[in-house]
Amino acid sequence: MLAPGFADPVHDAQGTFRAVMDALARPGLLQRLDAGLEPPTPLTPELAAIALALTDADTPVWLDAGLAAAPEVAAYLRFHTGAPLTDDPARAAFALIRDPARCPPLARFAQGTPAYPDTSTTLVFAHDAITSGEGLNLAGPGINGMTRIALTPLPDSFVAQRAENRAGFPLGVDLILAAPGLVAGLPRSTAVTES
Amino acid sequence: MSAIGMLPLEGGAPEVAQVPSPVRGRDRVRDTPYPERPDPSPQPSPERERGPGASEAGEAGYNFAYLDEGTKRMIRRAILKAIAVPGYQVPFASREMPMPYGWGTGGVQVTAAILGRSDVLKVIDQGADDTTNAVSIRRFFARTSGVATTTRTTEATIIQTRHRIPETPLREGQTLVYQVPIPEPLRFLEPRETETRQLHALAEYGAMHVKLYEDISRHGHIATTYAYPVEVAGRYVMDPSPTPKFDNPKMDQSPALQLFGAGRERRIYAVPPYTSVRSLDFEDHPFRIQEFTDPCALCGAEGVYLDEMLLDDAGRRMFVCSDTDHCEGRRADGHVGTGDAV
Repeated sequence: MLAPGFADPVHDAQGTFRAVMDALARPGLLQRLDAGLEPPTPLTPELAAIALALTDADTPVWLDAGLAAAPEVAAYLRFHTGAPLTDDPARAAFALIRDPARCPPLARFAQGTPAYPDTSTTLVFAHDAITSGEGLNLAGPGINGMTRIALTPLPDSFVAQRAENRAGFPLGVDLILAAPGLVAGLPRSTAVTES
Repeated sequence: MSAIGMLPLEGGAPEVAQVPSPVRGRDRVRDTPYPERPDPSPQPSPERERGPGASEAGEAGYNFAYLDEGTKRMIRRAILKAIAVPGYQVPFASREMPMPYGWGTGGVQVTAAILGRSDVLKVIDQGADDTTNAVSIRRFFARTSGVATTTRTTEATIIQTRHRIPETPLREGQTLVYQVPIPEPLRFLEPRETETRQLHALAEYGAMHVKLYEDISRHGHIATTYAYPVEVAGRYVMDPSPTPKFDNPKMDQSPALQLFGAGRERRIYAVPPYTSVRSLDFEDHPFRIQEFTDPCALCGAEGVYLDEMLLDDAGRRMFVCSDTDHCEGRRADGHVGTGDAV
C-alpha cells in the first residue's frame, strides 16, 4: 500500500515551503517543520515533506544510494510529485540525501551558469540532529553578525567543500538541512568556518 | 443604465475604495473580475479586518490565494533561489492575473505563493492603505484566501508594497513584497536582455556609474531620485523598484525579508534579512536622501517622506506623510501638525 501524502495538500505544502523559505532567509536559524507524513523508510518525514512541497514534473530529483536502493521510496515520490528521478547529480534540480556522511562532493551537483546561477541543485540533507549555538560558524546575508550550528552527521571535509562552494559565488549549490521536526538553511551565500 | 454611473467619481474615500483598479481605461465595470458586492466596512479599519469568506478557504471555485498549486511551486522555487543569490533576478513563468500588467501582478504572484492562513496582510500603494491599487489587491486576497488584513504595519506579517517602505521600522518575521515594473537596473542603458545578463554575470557595472556621473556633470549632483540603484551583499546591482531614494537606507540590514516580483518582466529577486544594501555613489558625491524643510502638516512628523497634496485650483498645497498608517498612528497618539497650506 502506498503511503499517503499531505493530509491538507494546499496548506501543508505552504507551511513546509514557509519553513524552508525562512530557513534559507535566516541561515543557521532552526525552523519547526512538522508535516505529519509517514513515508516509506529510509525516507524521513522531513525529506518527504520538502519533496512534496517543492518538486514536480519540472524538477529532476537525485536520490542518494540509501534512498535509491529502496524502490518504495521512488514509487512514493513518483506518485505524489510526478518528479522524474535522475542518476546524474549534475542534472538534478533537487537532491535528497538520507546519509549526509556519504554525500558525493558538492562540486558534482549542478552549479548553475554565470548568466543563470539559479539553475544549480538544491540539496536536502536528512541529519540525525541539528543544534544551534555550537559547532560551525556561519556568516553572510541573512545572519545578524554571526551564528553557529552543529550538524550530526557532518559530511566529509564539509567546511572545505563549503569554502569551495562559496568561492564560486554566485555559482554553487544551496543546502536545506532537515532533522526530526526541524529544518535549517545553508544557501551558497553563507560562509562556513570551523569554530 | 450607464455603466459609468456605477462609479462613484466624487464619492470620497469609502466609495472610491470599492472601485477595483483594473477598470482604468475600460468603460464597463461589470466586466471586471471583481463583481460589485456590499462591503460591511468599506473604510479601511485600523482594527484587523477579516475578508468575506474568512472562515474557510475564501472564494468558492478558486484555490486558496487564487493560484493553482503547480504555479505556486514554481514561484516558490524561484523565491528560494532568489534568497540564495541576493539581488540576482530569477526568471519565472509569470501567469496572467485578473488585473493588467502594471497593476502589481508580480507582487500579487509572490504574495499568493507565500501566503498562509495565519498571515496578516497589509497592502500599500505609494505609502497609502486607502488608494485604489492597495484596496483592490487587499480585497483580492481577502476574497480568494480569507486571510486577515490590516492597515497597521506592526500587525502585518506580509506587506505588499508599491513604491514605498513603511516609516515604522520592520521587524524579524515580516516579509515585504515589492511590486516591480522594470526589474533590470541596466535596462535603460542596455536594452538587450542577453547583454544585461552578461553584464551581471561579469559584475560589470561601469555603465551605471557613468550614468550617475553624467547626472553630476549635467546637474551638479546625482539627480536620480527614485529607482536609485543599489549593490546587494557586495555583488549584484539591483533596482529597488521605483521607491523614492529616501527609502534606500531602510533596505540595508533590514530585519525583514524583502521579495521583489515583476509580473510583466517575469523576474523575482530578493534581499534576505540582515543583508548589506549600498546605494551606488562616489567618494566626492556621497549618496544623500531627500530632505523636507517642513514637517507633516497633519501629524508634525519630521524625517519622513512627504506627499504634496493640491488643495484647490489656486495652487495651494500641503505636505503630508506619504505613509498613511504612520500618520494616523501619530495623530491617534496626539501629535498635531500645523494644518497649514503653503
